[in-house]
Amino acid sequence: MRKKYNKNFLVGLYRTMMRIRICEESLVEPILRGEVKCPCHLYSGEEAIATGVCAALDESDYIFGSHRSHGHYLAKGCSMPELIAEIYGKETGCSKGRGGSMHLIAPEKGMLGAVPIVGGTISIALGAALASKIRKQKRVTVSFFGDGTTGEGVLYESLNFASLKKLPIIFACENNLYSTHLPIRECRLQNNIFKTGVPFGIPGDRVDGNDVLKVYESTKAAVEICKKGNGPVFIEFLTYRLRGHVGPDDNIHGMRTDIRPKEEIERWQKKDPIKRYERFLFKNKILVKQEVEMIRKEVEQEVNNSFAFALSSSYPKEMELTKYVFKE
Amino acid sequence: MSLKNRKLQYSLAINEALHQMMEIDESVFLIGQGVKSPWYVGNTARGLLERFGDERVIDTPVSENAITGAAVGAAIAGMRPIVVHPRMDFMMYAMDPIINESANWHYMFGGNSTVPVVIWSIINRGGEQAAQHSQALHTLCAHIPGLKVVMPATPYDVKGLMIAAIKDDNPVIYIDDRWLYNLEGDVPEEIYSVPIGKGIICKKGKDITLVSVSYMAIEAIKAAEYLKKEGIDVEVIDLRSVKPIDKELLFESVKKTGRLIIADCGWKTCGFAAEISAMVCENIFEYLKSPIARITLPDTPAPASFALEKVYYPKSNNIIAKIQEVLKWETK
Ligand SMILES: Cc1ncc(C[n+]2csc(CCOP(=O)(O)OP(=O)(O)O)c2C)c(N)n1
Repeated sequence: MRKKYNKNFLVGLYRTMMRIRICEESLVEPILRGEVKCPCHLYSGEEAIATGVCAALDESDYIFGSHRSHGHYLAKGCSMPELIAEIYGKETGCSKGRGGSMHLIAPEKGMLGAVPIVGGTISIALGAALASKIRKQKRVTVSFFGDGTTGEGVLYESLNFASLKKLPIIFACENNLYSTHLPIRECRLQNNIFKTGVPFGIPGDRVDGNDVLKVYESTKAAVEICKKGNGPVFIEFLTYRLRGHVGPDDNIHGMRTDIRPKEEIERWQKKDPIKRYERFLFKNKILVKQEVEMIRKEVEQEVNNSFAFALSSSYPKEMELTKYVFKE
Repeated sequence: MSLKNRKLQYSLAINEALHQMMEIDESVFLIGQGVKSPWYVGNTARGLLERFGDERVIDTPVSENAITGAAVGAAIAGMRPIVVHPRMDFMMYAMDPIINESANWHYMFGGNSTVPVVIWSIINRGGEQAAQHSQALHTLCAHIPGLKVVMPATPYDVKGLMIAAIKDDNPVIYIDDRWLYNLEGDVPEEIYSVPIGKGIICKKGKDITLVSVSYMAIEAIKAAEYLKKEGIDVEVIDLRSVKPIDKELLFESVKKTGRLIIADCGWKTCGFAAEISAMVCENIFEYLKSPIARITLPDTPAPASFALEKVYYPKSNNIIAKIQEVLKWETK
């Protein structure tokens, strides 16, 4: 069925998901050991979204992220060594150790910033889209945010303005069913996030966020709409985080406090986007087990190299504490 | 009946104040993010939901502006809400209901309405959380006419100031610090208030006045204890309220010691320490024997990297060094 895609493309998606997963999981031990100190909101389980969305974008297209953006950053083609170095607080990190896991950036790759104020980058993404429109550039901006973020008023203000000005922006809501400890049903009455833009005249789509090709296809369609000047678009991606809200399992003060039901977690483990896509690739004879193993090995090597880079890098110098407050 | 020397953790002293005030006053309710969570806000809210139900203990979606506005509105309608922001940074979404609405309300309607709301926010620094999870923005609040701002440093004060804030008919910004949450101290069991606008002398001394608030009061005491061994007698004041400021206590102490150093957990420029310094210069300049010194954060956003965090947050050793410097000044 998916004959329309060539092998390189399909394998590329797989590789990107694996890069995110292995990179995320390799942080688990260092976090538990206390070697990684900055808060890490792991993206494991949500890889298909970042991967599918960014596959539908050009390098020059923009993305903005949130507190949980390691995946967005990697999928947009940004440097893994700089990510790990940033998480380790090193001068070689993408934010020079000033930002940590929650402040990721790579302007040259179109990754214009991720910050942990919930909803904080939505209006900023709006501005980037506005800039593209003013400059008449065929460039799309994606604003990534979670389901919990739909509580913030800035989303609605931004939707209104985006639609008013027909901005080339995709509001990409990753619905992983939780906002920290609150299940989505305690955050909103109706299960219709994908219709959020409708009152503003913005079409919405709900997509299985654990199916990378579906994510890609819906984003591709949204990109077309935006590039034709008919944006914005709102997409809700359904997914689940396989780890805790922050850290491997919300292991705060030595208490394991993941409040989600065990059966629910297990149900979603079965829907693991990577295993699922792997089955698809096998079934369609796009990859054989050996090739998968090879990709895994290569990615592991990349991850190891990234850690080696981070660990051998220097910390920022104390005397440079106030560097970057202003552009000199 | 108060049991003498009953020790309680800072976070549990808050919890006790909430239990007691919700018990005696049905108009008190708690609203905000995390009151049901197993994390630190949940710790201070322990047992409240079970006891008072989800109409008076309300965990909310992320929507700081609406929820804070709702608390302000409920206060205007006669309730006594406490709205919690797990990090002060997140409260920035709520600056309109706080600054434009709650602070001005009583005045702009000629005293015809009051806003007895407690806006509780937590400073949660360090841990490589970087710029948006660590800001101590008390100065920003204290700048606004119509807002009272309290920053308790001890378990005793945290309970007493929470109670005073709840009873106050004005909007009170109640700011605590995550670094204090495990601190133990004496806390009477009964309901008591620590008056808003009254500081306390934590340690009497004659050589120099060291003024601080919140977590810096703890570092100030440490510094004073160290200097005592060096023969330097520091008077430590914990102002407890950032607004109104206890001028009498401050002036009396500076008149006695002739020297002033301020240790604040916020930034330097146009900050709380600048205000204290200006107050003293304006009013009792003639008593000063040496320049006023300030210990603050550098005018820099919080860095993530531990390597920078350790020089970013001032500690007792910075206070000690500064005091030694101030005392040398005279002999120049
Ligand atoms: C303005 C603001 N309020 C509260 C928080 C605390 N917080 C961090 S992540 C989060 C949950 C966000 O949920 P969602 O948007 O669904 O993203 P997810 O963590 O599920 O990926 C909250 C409430 C914050 N960072 N910023």
